[in-house]
Amino acid sequence: MEGARSMIVFLVRRIIFACFAMIGATFITFGLSRAAGDPRYLYAQEGGYGLTQERWDELGRELGLDKPLVWQYSVWLANIVKGNWQDSLLDRKDVFGKIMDRLPPTLKFALTSYIFAGVIGIPLGVLSAVSRGSLWDYVGRGFALFGQALPVFWVGIMLILIFSVKLRWFPTGTLGEGFFEWKYYVLPTITLGWIAAATYLRLVRSSMLEILDSEFIKLARAKGVSYNTLIWKHGFRNALIAPLTFSSLLLTGFITGAVVTETIFAIPGLGRLAFQAINNNDFPIMVGVVLVWTALYVAMNFLTDMIYALVDPRIRYT
Amino acid sequence: MAQSVELSEDLLRQIGAEKSKFGEIWGFIRRWPIIPLFLLALLIFTGVFADLLAPHDPIIARPDNRNIPPVWETPIVLNIKTTADPLAFPDPVDKPIEEAMLKYGITPTVENTATQEAVETAFKDIGYVAKVKWSSWDHILGGDNIGRDLLSRIIHGARVSLVVVTVALIFGLLIGVSMGLVAGYFGGLIDEVIMRVTDIWLGLPFILVAIVAVIAFGQTFTILIVLLGILSWTPFVRNVRGEVLSLKTRDYVSLAKVAGCSTFRILVWHILPGTINTIIVIATLRVGQLILTEAILSFLGAGIPPPTPAWGAMVNDGRPYINDAWWISFFPGVAIFLVVMSLNFLGDWLRDRLDPRLRQLN
Repeated sequence: MEGARSMIVFLVRRIIFACFAMIGATFITFGLSRAAGDPRYLYAQEGGYGLTQERWDELGRELGLDKPLVWQYSVWLANIVKGNWQDSLLDRKDVFGKIMDRLPPTLKFALTSYIFAGVIGIPLGVLSAVSRGSLWDYVGRGFALFGQALPVFWVGIMLILIFSVKLRWFPTGTLGEGFFEWKYYVLPTITLGWIAAATYLRLVRSSMLEILDSEFIKLARAKGVSYNTLIWKHGFRNALIAPLTFSSLLLTGFITGAVVTETIFAIPGLGRLAFQAINNNDFPIMVGVVLVWTALYVAMNFLTDMIYALVDPRIRYT
Repeated sequence: MAQSVELSEDLLRQIGAEKSKFGEIWGFIRRWPIIPLFLLALLIFTGVFADLLAPHDPIIARPDNRNIPPVWETPIVLNIKTTADPLAFPDPVDKPIEEAMLKYGITPTVENTATQEAVETAFKDIGYVAKVKWSSWDHILGGDNIGRDLLSRIIHGARVSLVVVTVALIFGLLIGVSMGLVAGYFGGLIDEVIMRVTDIWLGLPFILVAIVAVIAFGQTFTILIVLLGILSWTPFVRNVRGEVLSLKTRDYVSLAKVAGCSTFRILVWHILPGTINTIIVIATLRVGQLILTEAILSFLGAGIPPPTPAWGAMVNDGRPYINDAWWISFFPGVAIFLVVMSLNFLGDWLRDRLDPRLRQLN
């Protein structure tokens, strides 16, 4: 009974937080886009040829520019709540449709990067902690060192130089025509996933070292628990908690990384869409993309907390 | 038996009692952050004395130095035209001088491959106009896409990075530390609000907001510094708050309260010194992140306003020329890497020394 109640409190708090996060992020973007300039300039120049002052004012009224900023934002928000994402200013297409067109490529290579990070980072982290000071430890730490200090965009460009231009193994850009053509995914995945893999590796390594040094491991060893059980069952399961908490922060890193990776590899994804919209000051798209990203972040945060509580039963919902 | 021998060797290594000279030096390097400190000192030195160190002006472009390779690259023949007409379509050769000459039926000799002029005359003699890329000691790392000396630009870029990141970090430090102090000390509603604001801030797609802000307020140094500053404060809040929560229950704080110290005095004189270690560690680890973010913003064209040399923007400059001038993108990236790596190393080392509890922080 007590558990169910605290669960509800937890959920309510989370939902309120999610609303605040999404409103905060979109309001900042909305305000900045207004400060960036009059969106009417996308269509016409004020006082330009064939454009009467009446038509100019009418356009302003259509976009709600004659109202105060908070009012304009409220109108936008009310529309979103009703499910109307408005039309993009530039091509008059539904923003939601545009975002849904661009979301799959980003999600696809973000997912492969995430898998890459997990598959490379976690085992290498365990290996490097278990055989501390060995060759594997140096390999792992070197991998982490480079991953954390190399700029994402530089990695992308150098991968293109080596594997596309010189060796001609992989294509230089886009994600291909089909649903999943692995050759197109290799370079973007490494570009985006390396830093995440490096972070996973470091986290797993340090928490693994800490746990292997703890009393219960010594006790288990004294009891004669086999080496593999010791590492994987007693050590690894506990060491996984740190990287799990990192997952939602990883997503914010992915947003930055996605914009850069999409720019370098000419991937028509969400980051590209946002970047172009920003340069055009196309505010419905801008705010829409920010909303989607923040929603993803909030969802990821929530999911992390749930998994966290599942993995470590000591943690209660607060 | 074998194991005990191995253990004792390991022990010897740990207490630094190696026999060989090499092992001694290696042990010293491993225990103290020599290389990172050296690299950072070098960065600060080049940043401060950029004007004296740079062999050329970092901003004035010399189009005839466009894409010239670094010294150690073999000079290559870029393309060959049949006429001097600048609009004529050239035959792209991209081969070392000797190969290109053989392809066009010239016998390469010591004389006609010695200088750029000699090669060009050799081709002119048989009626072709050759465009040759020649490396020289004058431009050690070569030239960029519009003919500016790459080394000079990297040297000046060090100064730009240094200034921007230092100011931004101080800015973020002030916000973050004061918010952490207030949240931890007062608790209750203030704490709740500050922590939730921090959480929301972490979720903000910063890069998008930053680009919009740059378009809204113009691409200037001030805006960039403010943006990086408001990015950098979040980790300070959380960790300083945690420290304060434990520090404020200490006896000396209660004593200060009884003695009638003002809240401000307690925060600044009694609690803040206890959090200094945490702050130093986070600041060091954060600087690297800031340099990377600054580079990403510059790369996307929303960072330091051109033509001021910025490492991130320089990488972007070379992107269209990656096929035949890899050095334009390569060297600025290496500079970023070295600086960030040094800072990460130093941060790790400081953390282990000053504040081992922060090990979970990445």
